Amino acid sequence: MVENKKQARVEQILLNGYFFICCLFFVIPMLLVITSSFTNDNEIRLYGYSLLPREWSLESYRAIFRIPQRMFDAYIITAFTSIVGTIMSVTVMALVAYPLSRRDFAYRKAITFFIFFTLLFSGGLIPSYIMNTQILKLDDTIWIYLLLHLANAWHIIIIRTFFQQLPYELIESAKMDGAKELRIFFAIIVPLSKPVLATIALFVLLGRWNEWMITLVYIRSERLYTLQFILQRLLLQAEFARSYMLNVPGIMIDSRALPTLSMRYAMTVIAAGPMLLVFPFFQKYFTRGLTIGAIKG
Amino acid sequence: MRTGKKKSYWKIFLKNKELLLLTLPALVYFAVFHYLPMGGIYIAFTNYRFVDGIFGSEFVGLRWFRIFFQGDLFRVTRNTVLYSMAFIVLSLVTAVFTAILMSGLKSRKGVKVYQTTMILPNFMSWIVVSLVLYVFLDPAYGFINSIHLSLGYEDINWYANPGYWPFILTFMNIWKSVGMGCVMYYAAMMGIDPSLYEAATIDGAGKMGRLRYITLPALVPLMTILTILAMGNLFRGDFGLFFSLPRDVGMLYSTTDVLDTYIFRGLRAGRFSLNTAAGLLQSVMGFIMVVVTNLIVKKINPENSLF
Repeated sequence: MVENKKQARVEQILLNGYFFICCLFFVIPMLLVITSSFTNDNEIRLYGYSLLPREWSLESYRAIFRIPQRMFDAYIITAFTSIVGTIMSVTVMALVAYPLSRRDFAYRKAITFFIFFTLLFSGGLIPSYIMNTQILKLDDTIWIYLLLHLANAWHIIIIRTFFQQLPYELIESAKMDGAKELRIFFAIIVPLSKPVLATIALFVLLGRWNEWMITLVYIRSERLYTLQFILQRLLLQAEFARSYMLNVPGIMIDSRALPTLSMRYAMTVIAAGPMLLVFPFFQKYFTRGLTIGAIKG
Repeated sequence: MRTGKKKSYWKIFLKNKELLLLTLPALVYFAVFHYLPMGGIYIAFTNYRFVDGIFGSEFVGLRWFRIFFQGDLFRVTRNTVLYSMAFIVLSLVTAVFTAILMSGLKSRKGVKVYQTTMILPNFMSWIVVSLVLYVFLDPAYGFINSIHLSLGYEDINWYANPGYWPFILTFMNIWKSVGMGCVMYYAAMMGIDPSLYEAATIDGAGKMGRLRYITLPALVPLMTILTILAMGNLFRGDFGLFFSLPRDVGMLYSTTDVLDTYIFRGLRAGRFSLNTAAGLLQSVMGFIMVVVTNLIVKKINPENSLF
């Protein structure tokens, strides 16, 4: 018995040790990015990136905010498309999920197939690019951010599955009282479905905040750049820092002083920071959402 | 007779019109942004030029598909499929393995801290992950080369040697996804009825026995659904991963180029028709893979199939 207890304790110590080391693989890289953003470029050139800078410096952050207009524009675009886009998406998806959850809806099967099929088959990048630019003329407008990924078949199925579990008697009695479907949806369905709607909203918000591919493919105007896209350009071309940060009409700045090395990491902290601070708190919603999603469609 | 039928259609429509109205925004969205581009597949059979438009361009039949199978697309397709297979197998194994070890932890607080730490990369975009990688691999100032230097080894130029990249990309893919996978499998394991374990212990099953006969079978439904969905993406590479981790460096294409990055570059280079053909093959293969995998799963155990 004593042997067993001892064995169990050793086991716990070993397991904790294992996970501690695992976590280092996640913590150290993130710390390194943060410390690099606070190191000045001369030091990086001499010693490389390090976890303990010899001297802490705000040089990179100052450089990024030297022309606040750039960051301000990118933040506004990212925040606007994230928030408005999420509200639009969740509304449209919940509205279609409700009829699909109703067994007495005559077109349920046909519409479910119409939506589900888009998960299995797609036209591909180039046909959509040609349609969106040649026919719909959405390129280089803010609409492309809001409309391109407006609804997602998988999310609709998750919401529908949740709606199906609500008691049908509620809907029936409301109908007896003469309530319209739209009213039933807003007065009964939505208040009872906050958990699933919050989960989906988080998924969508995260996707929108991290959006850069739409910018890469469809956007040409600098004032429509998202934060993640600016980061992508900084990663791919060091020159971009100079041309974008300093080439603002009417403002002249000495470009030799620009800390192009640490700036990348300062930009990473600025672009990823908000989501990384907020999202771990919603972890349990994510888990729930994913497990609901695993229920057979 | 005929008019009677028409009338009943009309009746059904009237009875459902309110609900139908609610589906309208989504139906319009899917029609415009998903079904309209499906019509654009016609581009794959033409020699598309912007100035001529879709129907003004010359019809060339299967020309692009023949070129596709002769050219360097074999390499691109092979890369795509091999990476997908490695990702499917390794992400399943690492997530299940981590979740099983985690279920052995007694401290709830420990589980929470470890899970939260490991799930963080899941909330990052591939661009941010690429910068995290770059801080290590930067040829001039990177962390790994700094350590190399202090130990007296030579610098390695990671972004010039394609040989390293299959390992780097696979490692980073797992780094980003293992936390979420672990959380999901852990949640599924917490849903297992504890009395099953008690009964097995009374019957003399050891730790391994319980794992083999209770835990793993309970995880099979989740594993199958995730795998069926992943099989549909066998011919798809995650664009963000393959485009931004290797920083779109041409020298690395031999091991890092997948169909999605190839098709994207076609957009820039104006290879519209050839790359629409590539995208079409990708879609058709994905469709076949999901249906076939689902069929096989259905044969083995109908409970676990997706549809």
